[in-house]
Amino acid sequence: MTLLASPAVRMGISISIATGLYGVSFGALSVTSGLDFWQTMALSLLLFSGGSQFAFIGVVAGGGSGIAAMSAATLLGMRNGIYGMQLNALLHPTGWRKYVAAQLTIDESTATSSGQTDPAEQRRGFWAAGIGIYLLWNLFTAIGALAGSGLGDPKQWGLDGAAVAAFLGLLWPRLKGREPVAIAAVCAVATVVAVPFVPAGVPILVAAVVAAVIGWFSHGRSDEGLEPDVDPFRERHHGAQRAGETGPGATE
Amino acid sequence: MSLWIWLLIACALAYAWKLVGYFVPARLLEDPRMSRVAGTMTIGLLASLTVVNTFATGQSLAADARVGALVAAAIALALRAPFLVVVLAGAGTAALLRSLGWS
Repeated sequence: MTLLASPAVRMGISISIATGLYGVSFGALSVTSGLDFWQTMALSLLLFSGGSQFAFIGVVAGGGSGIAAMSAATLLGMRNGIYGMQLNALLHPTGWRKYVAAQLTIDESTATSSGQTDPAEQRRGFWAAGIGIYLLWNLFTAIGALAGSGLGDPKQWGLDGAAVAAFLGLLWPRLKGREPVAIAAVCAVATVVAVPFVPAGVPILVAAVVAAVIGWFSHGRSDEGLEPDVDPFRERHHGAQRAGETGPGATE
Repeated sequence: MSLWIWLLIACALAYAWKLVGYFVPARLLEDPRMSRVAGTMTIGLLASLTVVNTFATGQSLAADARVGALVAAAIALALRAPFLVVVLAGAGTAALLRSLGWS
């Protein structure tokens, strides 16, 4: 039971439960968006990145094509590459562990790990959060998918409203300060303007291009938008230490 | 069937992004611009997905019960409610408004 004495492991477990639980909403929304049970499970088992999974089903639900859904999910997954670089510098996984660690590289496991100061705790935090979330996220996705497929008319239950709330809930923790709010507003306007003129799903890609151009030419915080959906440090110390601040370059 | 193909490509590319971080020399990705673009794109995409799911039906725009869901979710988030509560607030509000006749 020495593992449970580790603060990083305990944090990893609590973040696993919090994150896993919203897998229920993903599972239910996915089957009501038109994906079947196994497509829903494939997203949670193989893609395993909450924002990208919601993006995929969000585009499909809006009548977008498969290629638009894939593009939106892939663009949202770019930040996992940044996390992978940070974690590689922190944890130095070797051999097969590198390939497993990569699959578990998401907002929450990165935040749990990079918020620790002791290298052993960084390692324990990453694996506890990564494995815990993976197991619970998939379990709760399955529960949500089974429950969702028995619901009948999804609109009667307000499930389209649930999708709206889910996306706002994913966006919210990233709106810290005026610049991210401004970026969100500009992209929201670009989307509304694009909707009548391009096929469904494409307005989201238009917004991605606008956001990328802003990111490339502006000079704000380098970790802007890289906040986790569920912040493991929210209750502990306000405005917690972020992945970028630990300076991965220092150890490499 | 074609949805399965795009879905599996999305899964493969998601894993590819994750692996890139572990195998590309840190120096290449250290350019702060890469983190900036990844971050601003995350914000932009989520904002866009929120708007599309609230106002769009195919290529037309409408203000229906989903706007109520957006407002309810914002209130729940401002009150620091957990994610699942936020989602339930959105669903409940949309369902309620619809039962009251606002489609």
